[in-house]
Amino acid sequence: MAHEDIDAVTGTPTTGHEWDGIKELNNPLPRWWLWTFYACVVWSVAYWVVYPAWPMISNFTGGVIGYSSRASLETDLAALHQLRGAKAAALADASLEEIEKDPNLLAFARAQGRAAFGDNCAPCHGSGATGSTGYPNLNDDDWLWGGSLAAIHQTIQHGARSGDPEARENTMLAFGKDGTLNHTQIVQVASYVRSLSGLPVEQGVDVAAGKQIFAENCTVCHGEDAKGNQELGAPNLTDRIWLYGGDMATLVETITNGRGGVMPAWTGRLDPVTIKSLAVYVHTLGGGK
Amino acid sequence: MAPSMVRKTMTFGEGGLAFVFVATALLSIVAAAKAHDAPFAFHAFLAAAASVAAVFLIFRSYFSRPAELPAQEIDGKPNYDDGATKFATIAAVFWGVAGFTVGLYIALELAYPWLNFDQAWLNFGRLRPLHTSAVIFAFGGNALIASSFWVVQRTCRTRIAGRLAPWFVVLGYNFFIVIAGTGYLLGVTQSKEYAEPEWYADLWLTIVWVVYLLVYLGTIIKRKEPHIYVANWFYLAFIVTIAVLHLGNNPAIPVSFFGSKSYIVWSGVQDAMFQWWYGHNAVGFFLTAGFLGIMYYFVPKRAERPVYSYRLSIVHFWALIFLYIWAGPHHLHYTSLPDWTQTLGMTFSIMLWMPSWGGMINGLMTLSGAWDKLRTDPVLRMLVVSVAFYGMSTFEGPMMSIKAVNSLSHYTDWTIGHVHSGALGWVGFISFGTVYCMVPWLWQKRQLYSLKLVNWHFWIATIGIVLYVSAMWVSGILQGLMWRAYTSLGFLEYSFIETVEAMHPFYAIRALGGFLFVIGSLIMAYNVWMTIRSGEPAALPARPAMQPAE
Repeated sequence: MAHEDIDAVTGTPTTGHEWDGIKELNNPLPRWWLWTFYACVVWSVAYWVVYPAWPMISNFTGGVIGYSSRASLETDLAALHQLRGAKAAALADASLEEIEKDPNLLAFARAQGRAAFGDNCAPCHGSGATGSTGYPNLNDDDWLWGGSLAAIHQTIQHGARSGDPEARENTMLAFGKDGTLNHTQIVQVASYVRSLSGLPVEQGVDVAAGKQIFAENCTVCHGEDAKGNQELGAPNLTDRIWLYGGDMATLVETITNGRGGVMPAWTGRLDPVTIKSLAVYVHTLGGGK
Repeated sequence: MAPSMVRKTMTFGEGGLAFVFVATALLSIVAAAKAHDAPFAFHAFLAAAASVAAVFLIFRSYFSRPAELPAQEIDGKPNYDDGATKFATIAAVFWGVAGFTVGLYIALELAYPWLNFDQAWLNFGRLRPLHTSAVIFAFGGNALIASSFWVVQRTCRTRIAGRLAPWFVVLGYNFFIVIAGTGYLLGVTQSKEYAEPEWYADLWLTIVWVVYLLVYLGTIIKRKEPHIYVANWFYLAFIVTIAVLHLGNNPAIPVSFFGSKSYIVWSGVQDAMFQWWYGHNAVGFFLTAGFLGIMYYFVPKRAERPVYSYRLSIVHFWALIFLYIWAGPHHLHYTSLPDWTQTLGMTFSIMLWMPSWGGMINGLMTLSGAWDKLRTDPVLRMLVVSVAFYGMSTFEGPMMSIKAVNSLSHYTDWTIGHVHSGALGWVGFISFGTVYCMVPWLWQKRQLYSLKLVNWHFWIATIGIVLYVSAMWVSGILQGLMWRAYTSLGFLEYSFIETVEAMHPFYAIRALGGFLFVIGSLIMAYNVWMTIRSGEPAALPARPAMQPAE
């Protein structure tokens, strides 16, 4: 280069090239930049010495502290079991009734049940277990298949219409679709059902005829007094608590096409102790019998 | 006018390309007729229509051009060809607005899920890749192609290689975008993040990309400058590496050559590793190296200052290229990926910190002696703030790759916040700055229609980014802490749905931030439109009069 090209503003020499008016200054690498870069490299090399790092022909460099993420997970799990401690073991051995009688065990079971409920049951029953259309509220004392500890435990283990051989199994028949009742009859019986819990009935509908239809078709499961039958999972129709809804349109839909909601069987998905805790949790939500 | 001395003949390129497109039109019609699924038939029809359009365009350009092909130089000055660049610039603005709007919509869907209206094509799962592909590949990709065609010609002082080839790259690339985007809405996806398009779209992109590389290399080879400018190293690294990544991540076997579904040849943890080697380096080479190419031309050009340090540019370039390619495994911490691979991914990410910052230092220090321009030139301010966001994101990235940090941040909104500080702040702002620079140059206007509107764009979008990123930081850290919280009895404190519920206010704030960003981009689109339509012509032709683009 014949003479150096100097940038007038900073007094720094340029590299002497120019592209479309752009020049480059000949500044050195910033020292702090270079040393931080070296520090990152040194730190990385040190990390490679300590932890598993480089692949070899048939294995890899294991690192001097023998770390593995699998072992680290096991340590974490062991710490968790340590935290849960003796109560977890006691819970496994205790019967459902014993758990409810022992305040310490009960608190522990409810804590486990609450955690399991949130991630497994809440998607259908709601995070407060208040249910939604087609999914029963578990806070009240209105039970389809029984609200005793044993009944709840049984339902959680095997589900309803889940395909499990011990599942809760029944069918609300599709009286309309099957041709058992015509539309007028369905409206009559639906009106009668509404009248059972004191709900208003549309004028001009023959409720007496509805009562007759009810006696002939529905009492087998729902009972003479329409108070339901927990042996059969038939709901009480007199308490103004509805699984699918008590308005005329929904009742007509229910009687016409039937119902058959499914609850999965949890045995096999959750361990027996967790299921036990869930039973206790649900039983103590407010409506347990 | 002197009669032309040259007899007008079709070039081999024109004739050959027209022939190829006639053939693809026929093949596409056959494929449409034999298609196994409706989306494939639709795409085959699109391909047939595009092929016919291509043949038409080739003939139109042939009949409208003079017998003599455009000269490489006029009066000793390079005769630059900016036709394809103009198209890609407009496409970048269009796809930007479209992609940001889809992003806003899915942000609202996350806050208010009923907005999917139970329509399959409005589902978050389909719109999300539409958003990511539209902003990364359509907006970012067109900004990269447009700026690279501009920069390579100016810094090599030569006309771009090929006459139809640059058009083939730009139109072919945008056709790929249309196929990819419509495919997502119709449910066509190979379910690999940022590599969702199916096998036939991948094949087409491969052809387009190879031509892009050839155009770029061809231009550099016939350069009139003794040295290759640093921006071109970055652009070349971007083009070459994206080709390698695309081929590595996408080998698939179609179920049928007449159907959209295919299966990736990789499986299990190898597939995951390939995916994140690709995914991370899409960030590294598309969103970092490519846009550093933009930075190295447009920042010194706009500031009218020399690049701060040549030595820093060369050292940080090679360090970045060498280290980035290893960093992918940090996306798979605490998975079945072997521990040693996770270690390498993490440590190379840490070592990557300074090489990344080299670009920031060179960008910011180039302003020395010109800092006062930030007050008066909102375009330069946009470019500089983008470099600041780049610096922030490239510090945050290595930090999040540390396993202990990652155990809190992974799978949370923190990742989304990190991505968007890079995407909105760095990629978005530097692309906006580039569009604001290039539009008056390309359409030979004295200046932009309104610098005031640029200022409005800058501030509205900046507030949008701040709202977006801070909302995601808070929600991400909150989410991570809620997920790992245990009660004193040793059970999880929160159910998943409770953590989702806790996110709601932050999702609403994020959507507001996104809304502001969309508004900013609309202001830009208006400004660009008005500049092209009614801007004052440049007083003196800065460069020789150009021949018609085609």
